Amino acid sequence: MLEEVFRNEWGRVLASLVGFLGDFDRAEDAAQEAFTIAAERWPESGLPANPGAWLVTTARNRAIDRIRRERTLAEKIHLLPAPEAVMDEFDDTPIKDERLELIFACCHPALPLDGQVALTLRALGGLETADIARAFLVSEETMKRRLTRAKNKIKATGIPFAVPDARLLPDRLDAVLAVVYLIYNEGYRGRVDLGAEAIRLGRVLTALMPDQPEAHGLLALMMIHHARRRARFSGDDLVLLEDQDRSLWDTRQIAAGRAVLDRAIALGGRGAYVVQAAIASLQTRERIDWPQIADLYGRLARLTGSPVIELNRAVALAQAGDPAAALRAVDRLDLDGYLYFHSTRGELLRRLGRDTEAREAYRRALALAASTPERRFLTRRLEDL
Amino acid sequence: MQYALMIYIEPAYAEGLTDDEREAGYAEYLALADDPRCVASGQLQPAETATSVRVAGGRTLLTDGPFADTKEVLGGFCLVEAADLDEVIEMAARVPAARAGGVVEIRPVVPR
Repeated sequence: MLEEVFRNEWGRVLASLVGFLGDFDRAEDAAQEAFTIAAERWPESGLPANPGAWLVTTARNRAIDRIRRERTLAEKIHLLPAPEAVMDEFDDTPIKDERLELIFACCHPALPLDGQVALTLRALGGLETADIARAFLVSEETMKRRLTRAKNKIKATGIPFAVPDARLLPDRLDAVLAVVYLIYNEGYRGRVDLGAEAIRLGRVLTALMPDQPEAHGLLALMMIHHARRRARFSGDDLVLLEDQDRSLWDTRQIAAGRAVLDRAIALGGRGAYVVQAAIASLQTRERIDWPQIADLYGRLARLTGSPVIELNRAVALAQAGDPAAALRAVDRLDLDGYLYFHSTRGELLRRLGRDTEAREAYRRALALAASTPERRFLTRRLEDL
Repeated sequence: MQYALMIYIEPAYAEGLTDDEREAGYAEYLALADDPRCVASGQLQPAETATSVRVAGGRTLLTDGPFADTKEVLGGFCLVEAADLDEVIEMAARVPAARAGGVVEIRPVVPR
């Protein structure tokens, strides 16, 4: 339970400390110290009334102590408020939530993308460096260096700890959402369910920016997808949507995701994440409205200009009962190096009774398949022909 | 904080401009140089005038031409004083070269 409190408070406490100290490393050390003290005391003394405020005050006091002890930094003391607070006396005024400032700093486009991802998971998600390293299949040493480089760049280049002004906000918010979605798409690895982590981050974002429809759209998309995760594999085998065992779906999470999607739409959201969430939601209906899904993919293709989305639109057309139109749409695409281009063609040709061509397409897909489940899936399709 | 804006240009670009367009570009550079946050700035002579110097084994070696032989060449610089990176990014985006095939590299200056 203590761990749960820590995970929930970490981002807020760290954000407040970065705002106060103006230095990422110092803030992290101080936060770590406060959490360690809490881990020793709370099991005996019980939780304080306001754990977040307790942690921030303790961490601030420790940081001030430490700065004072460091003679070389003596001049910086004057910049700090008088450190008269005693360890056991706490101010009950709520701490200002500065997590948005922290998010925008961590996801600043001047940082390398892998650094943005790692820093967001560490700073906002409160994940340990070792766990992040495992989740991204790199050594702890590599991950530590990646985090250090990102923190150093924030400091050296003066990346602001601030919410961007209205002109910059749309672009910067896109960058933040892209980082969260990237984390989501890394999926489940090691001890860490990155999908669940991304959803946590999405919840923080929508709570802090309740008026941003795309933030709600992304959260809805992730929730609805995540709700189907247990049905997506059978052992190591990939299971297509139409063959999934719906009793494995998390229906409560689907309902919650739909409510978030409704909110996004009510806010006027018509962007890429909202449209994708709408598609994901339709795909979980008892009877799937494929013509509407094809329309939404059309809209998404216009928004993103992505041929992969066009491919998805073609699949929806086929599901809606028109494999010939779907094949015409697919054959217009320039996706020769893409596995799903060939596997989709194979499936459409099979439905149209053109088995020889279907086999050829499946073979080309198989030649591009990198993972064992993909290879097994395609081999089975070939054998069925 | 101080930042250096290093302005890399595509040398051939200016040839295709009309006189009016060139004038407008100069005016934008002048406006940037006159910005109170701009500490120092300068336009460089073409890359053909560059001489690169290195010292090896006590000997001074000269090379004709710029250090890096790339399509874009360093065409000018600007030293600015700004509160944070976002402020400088905004200034860099005003440099005409940035939308004319060139690029502006921003580097924080180590305080002395």
